Amino acid sequence: MALDMNIRIGGQAGQGVQAVSYAVGKVFTRYGYYVLIHQDLESRIRGGHNYAQIRIQDRPVLSIKDRPDVLIALDERSIEQDLPDLAEEGVLIFDGESTGRPAKSPSHLSVPLERLANEVGGGKIMANTVATGAALASIGVEIEPLLDYLEEQFRDKGNETVEKNQACASAGYRHVREHSGRSVSRKISLGTPQRGKLLLSGSEAMAIGSIFAGLKFYAGYPMSPSTAIMEYVASQAREYNIVVEPAEDEIAALNMAIGASFAGVRTMTATSGGGFCLMVEAFGLAGMTETPLVVAIGQRPGPATGLPTRTEQGDLAFVVRAGHGDFARAVLAPGNAEQAFYAMARAFNLADRYQTPVVVLADQYLLDSYFTVEGLDPAVMTIDRGKIAHPVDAGPGQVFKRYAYDPSGVSPRILPGQSEAVLYACSDEHTEEGHITESAEVRTAMVRKRMKKLEGMRRESTPPEVAPPDDGDLVLLGWGSTWGAMREAVDLLRTENIRARMLHYCDVYPLGKQGLVERIGENARVIGLESNYTGQFADLFHLETGIPVTDRILKYDGRPFSAEEIAGRVRTML
Amino acid sequence: MVSIQDYESKDPIAWCPGCGNFSLLNALKEALVGLGKRPHEIAIVSGIGQASKIPHYLMCNAFNGLHGRTLPTATGLKLANHELTVIAEGGDGDGYAEGGNHFIHAMRRNVDITYLVHDNQVYGLTKGQTSPTSEKGYVSKTTPWGSTSPPENPLLLAIASDCSFVARGFTGDIPHLTQLIKEGIRNRGFSFIDILQPCVSFNRVNTFQWYKSRVYRIEEEEGYDASDRTSAFQKAQEWGERIPIGVLYRSARPTREEQEPVIATTSLVKQPLATAAFPRLLKTFE
Repeated sequence: MALDMNIRIGGQAGQGVQAVSYAVGKVFTRYGYYVLIHQDLESRIRGGHNYAQIRIQDRPVLSIKDRPDVLIALDERSIEQDLPDLAEEGVLIFDGESTGRPAKSPSHLSVPLERLANEVGGGKIMANTVATGAALASIGVEIEPLLDYLEEQFRDKGNETVEKNQACASAGYRHVREHSGRSVSRKISLGTPQRGKLLLSGSEAMAIGSIFAGLKFYAGYPMSPSTAIMEYVASQAREYNIVVEPAEDEIAALNMAIGASFAGVRTMTATSGGGFCLMVEAFGLAGMTETPLVVAIGQRPGPATGLPTRTEQGDLAFVVRAGHGDFARAVLAPGNAEQAFYAMARAFNLADRYQTPVVVLADQYLLDSYFTVEGLDPAVMTIDRGKIAHPVDAGPGQVFKRYAYDPSGVSPRILPGQSEAVLYACSDEHTEEGHITESAEVRTAMVRKRMKKLEGMRRESTPPEVAPPDDGDLVLLGWGSTWGAMREAVDLLRTENIRARMLHYCDVYPLGKQGLVERIGENARVIGLESNYTGQFADLFHLETGIPVTDRILKYDGRPFSAEEIAGRVRTML
Repeated sequence: MVSIQDYESKDPIAWCPGCGNFSLLNALKEALVGLGKRPHEIAIVSGIGQASKIPHYLMCNAFNGLHGRTLPTATGLKLANHELTVIAEGGDGDGYAEGGNHFIHAMRRNVDITYLVHDNQVYGLTKGQTSPTSEKGYVSKTTPWGSTSPPENPLLLAIASDCSFVARGFTGDIPHLTQLIKEGIRNRGFSFIDILQPCVSFNRVNTFQWYKSRVYRIEEEEGYDASDRTSAFQKAQEWGERIPIGVLYRSARPTREEQEPVIATTSLVKQPLATAAFPRLLKTFE
């Protein structure tokens, strides 16, 4: 039987629920399995109620699952809040001693997490490591791979730390094995290690995609859920020669990035919708000055501060139209960690080749979730810097025509100081030389030149994914991080003989429509599916393709879609 | 040998006749020639306003960006290619109002940029509205009954921020201003020069004559020590009958670039993009 195991670890912020899920995820990934870890977080550092949920399968995990098979409650509130979600025949592991609650059912297993942590000298702080051991025992997995992971994880902190962590994990593991009775009957044999798969969060995927693409300058201001991108880039800055500058605000961040890009290096920033609001002025500046720029955006529910640690796809309409006046930009919305990696790398090429801003639009669900990825192949991407004129092309003492008219809309550029010619970049409307102009003719020609880039980007946009490719008249239309949940929902519906298909866009703007009708069929019923109130992509899709999308499945509670939820909502529409 | 002709731009100048910006432009060119810099070695970042048109009027690499955003753009430019001489320019509205936050952080960061503020105490390009350095009681169309706020003192702010080089110049004393710009560019770190530049079209209070009768060269005052922060604070508050011009404050601080090992040997723009170490990075996620 196919493996499909869902474990939730609930507790207060600061209790280490994420560490538990990550350790379990690491163990399974290293033995050839697939996991998807998703974080349900509150906007606080201590207290409250958080959970991490890890779904383990023997094939790629597409979607989160609603109901956990095992619930590990690190505090009392987690028992109250998460227990109703527990699957039938699910197991609850909780600390009956420290919460003072008795086990109310044979499937409720009290493990003295805090006492065990104290007994082996780890202290209360390591109760989560005890819980990790207990978690593995509860699904019948051997402990050794976890002990190996802990050894590697804490090696730098010395033997004592390693041993304490291992003792905690073992104590939790032993306790469950000795006291579980019949409540734990599962047994999963991990087999032999199979290295090569990666466990990667969306943020890490975005960051390493950028590093791979030759990112050299990063300026940013922290804002959930984008901060992890900056932190990862900063952690690698000295290894991969990247200058990272903490800006005083998002306005400064984007203007710094523009300055560095003008100088000639690949630059980016990352933020969330609220931070991007501040950046919009400079976003237009990049459009006007034709400066290559990559902006990663992690959406969270808005407006204003909204739900800072939760997820939504509510910024698409804003990003596609951001800025006053018309200018070209591209927007890529990857569906998982692997797509996020390639989308970032591609964004840098697009930005350089079209000399215009490119947004990679992710969200909290994608950025904070961990995915098992088969492996990333850098060989499929090459760095393409577009039209950078070789210094000898520009003569000494000359003004280089930075904005020379070109049928493609893209003029060759030189980098300041790299030749004896000089160049002028200008936020006012400008001549080919970059000087301020009021000429109606020049204005008209320059607007056309800049907008021409949109056609080129549309032509080379990656077509949407249709799955399964050749059959089904019910089409779920989505974009970005709903990719996996939609894909699995289609599978669920097809087991009920509902001939559903997924139409998923990563390249959401400008949107290519070539051959679309042939691919989905003329009589397809298209249902838009996205995490926002209005159906922003459904509207954009209609505008760009002429295909109306009247049926919409929308969600704006700050939580990600699951496949089960999507399938359920589709059923009610049939 | 570089000469003043090498800095001639063909772009027609769009300032008002008699504007102090003309002499400021000459001082800037003289300073660059005096330092032996060639046009392609210079990058000027400016904002929006009359002052910010300046890079178009000399040969140089230029990024004429957004109102108030000169300093972050100049910061990114300098960090990406620290071999360029980077100059940031704008007016008092640009730098002290819209860009006030960036100004404070640029001084703190201490990137080797020379920042010239054309301070005419009025918004020129939008036709004479009250600016952050307009005097209290200043009457304009945005403050028809007079400004109720006292003017910002950018020099005090700069000294409080331990800015690496703090000076005041005057467009009525070109040799002095030229020397200040040269010293500012030579200084390693963030050099800030507030330049008194009377607006001939709109500012009827702080006119050329008004300044001419008040300014004096601080270096001619015996024993003034620009490294003494307390005296600098005192001098920066002197405004009225006598207005000091010159270098008010110096603070020898390491620059942002000097503390950045990534660019210790090679400027960022000259470094290769592709990284052979990438597979090693992927391994850490296994």
